[in-house]
Amino acid sequence: MTKKLKKRLYRILGGMALFAAAMALRQFFGEAHPNVVLAAFLASFLVSGGDVVKKAVMNIVKGQVFDENFLMTIATTGAFLVGEYPEGAAVMLFYQVGEWFQAYAVNQSRRSIRELMDIRPDYANVVRGGEIVTVEPEAVVPGEVIVVKPGERIPLDGVIEKGATALDTMALTGESMPREADVGDTVISGCVNQSAVIELRVTKEFGESTVSRILELVENAGSRKSESENFISRFARCYTPIVVALAAVLAVLPPLVLGGGWNIWIYRALSFLVVSCPCALVISIPLSFFGGLGGASRSGILIKGSNYLEALAKTEIVVMDKTGTLTKGNFVVKEIVPADGVTAETLLELAACAESGSNHPISRSLRQAYEASGRAIDTGRIAQVEETAGFGVRAVIDGKKILAGNRRHMEQNGIVCMEAAAVGTVVYLACDERCLGYLVIGDEVKPDAANAVSELFASRVRDVVMLTGDRRETAEAVAAEIGIRHVCAELLPGDKVARMEALMAEKSDGGKLVFVGDGMNDAPVLARSDIGIAMGGLGSDAAIEAADVVIMTDEPSKIAGAIAISRRTLAIVRQNIVFAIGVKVLILLLAACGMASMWAAVFGDVGVAVIAILNAMRALKA
Amino acid sequence: MTKTYILEDLDCAHCAAKIEEAVAKLEGVTKSSVALLTQKLVVEIADAKAGKLTKEVKRIVEKIEPDVTVTEK
Repeated sequence: MTKKLKKRLYRILGGMALFAAAMALRQFFGEAHPNVVLAAFLASFLVSGGDVVKKAVMNIVKGQVFDENFLMTIATTGAFLVGEYPEGAAVMLFYQVGEWFQAYAVNQSRRSIRELMDIRPDYANVVRGGEIVTVEPEAVVPGEVIVVKPGERIPLDGVIEKGATALDTMALTGESMPREADVGDTVISGCVNQSAVIELRVTKEFGESTVSRILELVENAGSRKSESENFISRFARCYTPIVVALAAVLAVLPPLVLGGGWNIWIYRALSFLVVSCPCALVISIPLSFFGGLGGASRSGILIKGSNYLEALAKTEIVVMDKTGTLTKGNFVVKEIVPADGVTAETLLELAACAESGSNHPISRSLRQAYEASGRAIDTGRIAQVEETAGFGVRAVIDGKKILAGNRRHMEQNGIVCMEAAAVGTVVYLACDERCLGYLVIGDEVKPDAANAVSELFASRVRDVVMLTGDRRETAEAVAAEIGIRHVCAELLPGDKVARMEALMAEKSDGGKLVFVGDGMNDAPVLARSDIGIAMGGLGSDAAIEAADVVIMTDEPSKIAGAIAISRRTLAIVRQNIVFAIGVKVLILLLAACGMASMWAAVFGDVGVAVIAILNAMRALKA
Repeated sequence: MTKTYILEDLDCAHCAAKIEEAVAKLEGVTKSSVALLTQKLVVEIADAKAGKLTKEVKRIVEKIEPDVTVTEK
């Protein structure tokens, strides 16, 4: 609790004690000493609400009328004037209790959101002149070496120079599995080092590091306001003057028309003034959005503004890039088809050896598959490697002439091969003019891709489209595997934007089109869509820059997660709007007919605000 | 250019809206946004007019909510 809050609490407690005393006095000496009773109520009123009256006066002097302090002052002094002392004192007291709860709740939510984003490192252990010095992360310059011990947060982005460890990326990605990191790997700030001491060469200054960028992004997200927030601002602007005007009419018109009873109507009008503050809405709606943004970032989804959080709920079409989004973007050996009399092991061994000198992704995948089977390439066995770009290689392995490459490579060398009936890239192998078989290399579909698509359909997304520059056969096979029916393949980069335009025209008026890419080469498409989502944001500046939403992990299933968080947040927002306006209008109606006292009106003001705030806090628990 | 101010001790939604509106009306300001929860005021302003902004913001906040302390970030 802050000092300010504590001070206010003491004043409220003092006011309560005095109020209880005043009630007792009224009970026993009400008849005999009415002035003493009035004085006691006034004392309670001034202790609990003196600052409200003071502020009201100050604001009028400065030319600010119609603020809540002014309205409460009028309402409560009015109650005193019409002889309702307990009401006057109690309404002020309860108003203060409510205001206190409001400030407390906002404070608490601020703190829990701050804790959620507690990824800011406090210090860095930098190596200077052979010694380890502890400094502020801001004081470290790129190129310096820092030491991170187990349990410490990595303060700056860098490359591991010494040591291998496991990193806890939970705070950044929501992922509980630790990530392995070894010498040469790039690690990002904000992760917690788990198992061993590592030395990092810093690559970015603190202001440019991942942790700073994420914090900045989350903190600024609140300033891009949603339509609901703008609606509430507009509503608040007309609501207060209208209710105050109605109060004035209610105080004057009925007594004149119906004759007599001024005090009754003034009392009813004063109740109007108490409900005239739209605080419940003005405070709980931004809080709901903020909670939603905070909850999303905890599960590794960074949303750049409340407006995007709101728009996600209306997702109608999801357009996804293939490579890097639905597939891992790294190639693996999927199938080994040896010819008669050849074993799969031999085929893989020869392919890996023949391609060992090349750095092409396909060659790398062959080597990886071979090494994964527990064997290592012995370069001494390989001689006379000759690479023909776009076709394949020719090499001598264990003295035998080996040919590895695509079909055309084989045909050019006069070798007849079997037809490969598979999707992906095919590498044929031949030894001494005889075809030994082939290997199929494909991009690996992400384990949760199929799930991601079915979850999207389950969350009432009308269409899921896959865009790719890849071959039609490959694209369609991937699409079939994960359940996408709408495929646009063999697209050039320019075609993607045109295809996007066409899809934009297809959606309904309120619907939104979401594009999901890896953020590398799709900046124009990300910009053209309603909401651009970049996958695998960890460490990729380009992705964080270009997109509206950044998914920190490589999981496409987080897209449906983001939509769910958005819908949940909006449901809470809607509940609060309906509840707050509903209760207020109801109390206004009842007060006008004299069926609601000023007590009910106080509930309609601060009680509703507190309930709405508590409801808004649910948005955080995404 | 964009300037950010921290409004310490701002805890009333009403005042936040008023501060936002008053700042938006300043000369040269194209966008003004107060986030109650982060207690931040973000102002977009034409470069030529930015010199006096801090003073003007402090004057506005002082008028609307004297308890709030303004610091430039």
